[in-house]
Amino acid sequence: METLKLLIVDDEPGMRMGAIRTLKDFRFRVRQADAEVALLLDQAESGEEGLEKIASDAPDILLLDHKLPGISGMQVLERLPKTGREILTIVITAYASIDTAIKATKEGAYDFLSKPFTPSELKYAVEKAAAHIVLTRRAQHLAEERKRIRFDFIRVLGHELKAPLSSVENYVSLLQNKTLGSNLADYEKVVQRSALRLEQMRKLIVDLLDMTKIESGNRPREITLCDLREIAERAIEGVEQQAAAKQVCLELHAPPVLPFSADRSDCEMIINNLVSNAVKYNKDGGRVDITLNLDNSTARITVSDTGIGIAQDDTAKLFNEFVRIKNEHTRNILGSGLGLSIVKRLVQLYDGEVSVNSEPGAGSTFSLTLKSEPQVQA
Amino acid sequence: MSENITVLIVDDDLDALEYEQIILEQAGYKVARAESRAEAEEWIAGGKPDIALVDLMMETPDAGFVLCHHIKKKYPATPIIMLTCVESETGIEFDAATREERSWVKADALLKKPVRQEQLLREMTRLLNP
Repeated sequence: METLKLLIVDDEPGMRMGAIRTLKDFRFRVRQADAEVALLLDQAESGEEGLEKIASDAPDILLLDHKLPGISGMQVLERLPKTGREILTIVITAYASIDTAIKATKEGAYDFLSKPFTPSELKYAVEKAAAHIVLTRRAQHLAEERKRIRFDFIRVLGHELKAPLSSVENYVSLLQNKTLGSNLADYEKVVQRSALRLEQMRKLIVDLLDMTKIESGNRPREITLCDLREIAERAIEGVEQQAAAKQVCLELHAPPVLPFSADRSDCEMIINNLVSNAVKYNKDGGRVDITLNLDNSTARITVSDTGIGIAQDDTAKLFNEFVRIKNEHTRNILGSGLGLSIVKRLVQLYDGEVSVNSEPGAGSTFSLTLKSEPQVQA
Repeated sequence: MSENITVLIVDDDLDALEYEQIILEQAGYKVARAESRAEAEEWIAGGKPDIALVDLMMETPDAGFVLCHHIKKKYPATPIIMLTCVESETGIEFDAATREERSWVKADALLKKPVRQEQLLREMTRLLNP
């Protein structure tokens, strides 16, 4: 329940009483914001008293009589505080003159009520103003929240980019200062580590661009009939070298062809990310099983590994950005921390779900579903 | 003269350890590496470092602070250099400028990463030869 403060400024006691009687127990819903609104009422009998009340406790809505004995309603409008929370003013005029309306609008009035008005006309005007306030505040709140998330993201991204950069800078300084002497062979490890950290940085930037493209929504997507089996085979080829180095054996369980209507590059990103993780986080001599099947228009992809696994507490945050579970097993594995977050975003595009089942030390199984997209006829 | 001096270096970034080790060994120091606060605690249980180089953010954002306390408790005479690069990321900002801060941060010197070779070696010499 949101409570909005409403101040009635009118010199006629009857008008004030009438308005209070009408609005006292008035509750209404702002449907677009899913909010229930109640009013907290106050009154003033002159412009001067009104301005005093506004200065000490600003209302959200001001019901302001145009014709007041001392300073006029128009002068009250002029003197409203211009900073801080916006006050929505409904001006009450005796005659709906266009002239008054234009002048009041220039001074920032939100709406008009011309005397005499019925209780329901008053309610309608107040409800409209309240909805405007609630929705504007919601939008502001959302914009602030978005700004905060964006800021956090950039802060972490900055850190993630700075870390490899510092390492490479350090290593280069060793070469620059000939710290290990003039024999280039003595720098082999330094150069190799630098190359690895640079590779990590490149991966991070590529993933970041992928993610931005997905998020922006204006990435050209071409829905065609893709063969998921073929995409998985290519993904396996892509990690062959890495798998061989760790003696990880990969096996694909899928029908000979698996036609699925989707954007090919989406499917590639999903399958590549999962297969590459399954190798990267595997143990030497481990195995990876990739299972694909199609059930009507839903594709099911399962990638299981016999790797280091993930603790129960960590699985919940696994799909968030820049989450890389840090422990003794992952320390030497480079990653951008964006791969699974990309997978999740893509899966959502296909109205699907992704989940993980894992046992530390035994392995992880990532399962996801994708609903096929209707093909656009050229 | 740095020959028999053992430096305990503690950092969860492999490359930071690698870099520090190269510089220190070239300068003639003996180096003991620890990749976490836990590993460092284990090491100090069995040995005494002549000087320690400790990273701030490891298992937890303040792991370095805690480790410094433990080192100083066991070996009050062992100088500690704390390395940080975290101000902008964690919001933890400090400097051993005031007496209160010095009493709280149990490190004898604070250096910001990336730390230059000569800067690190100069600070080490200063702390080892008071």
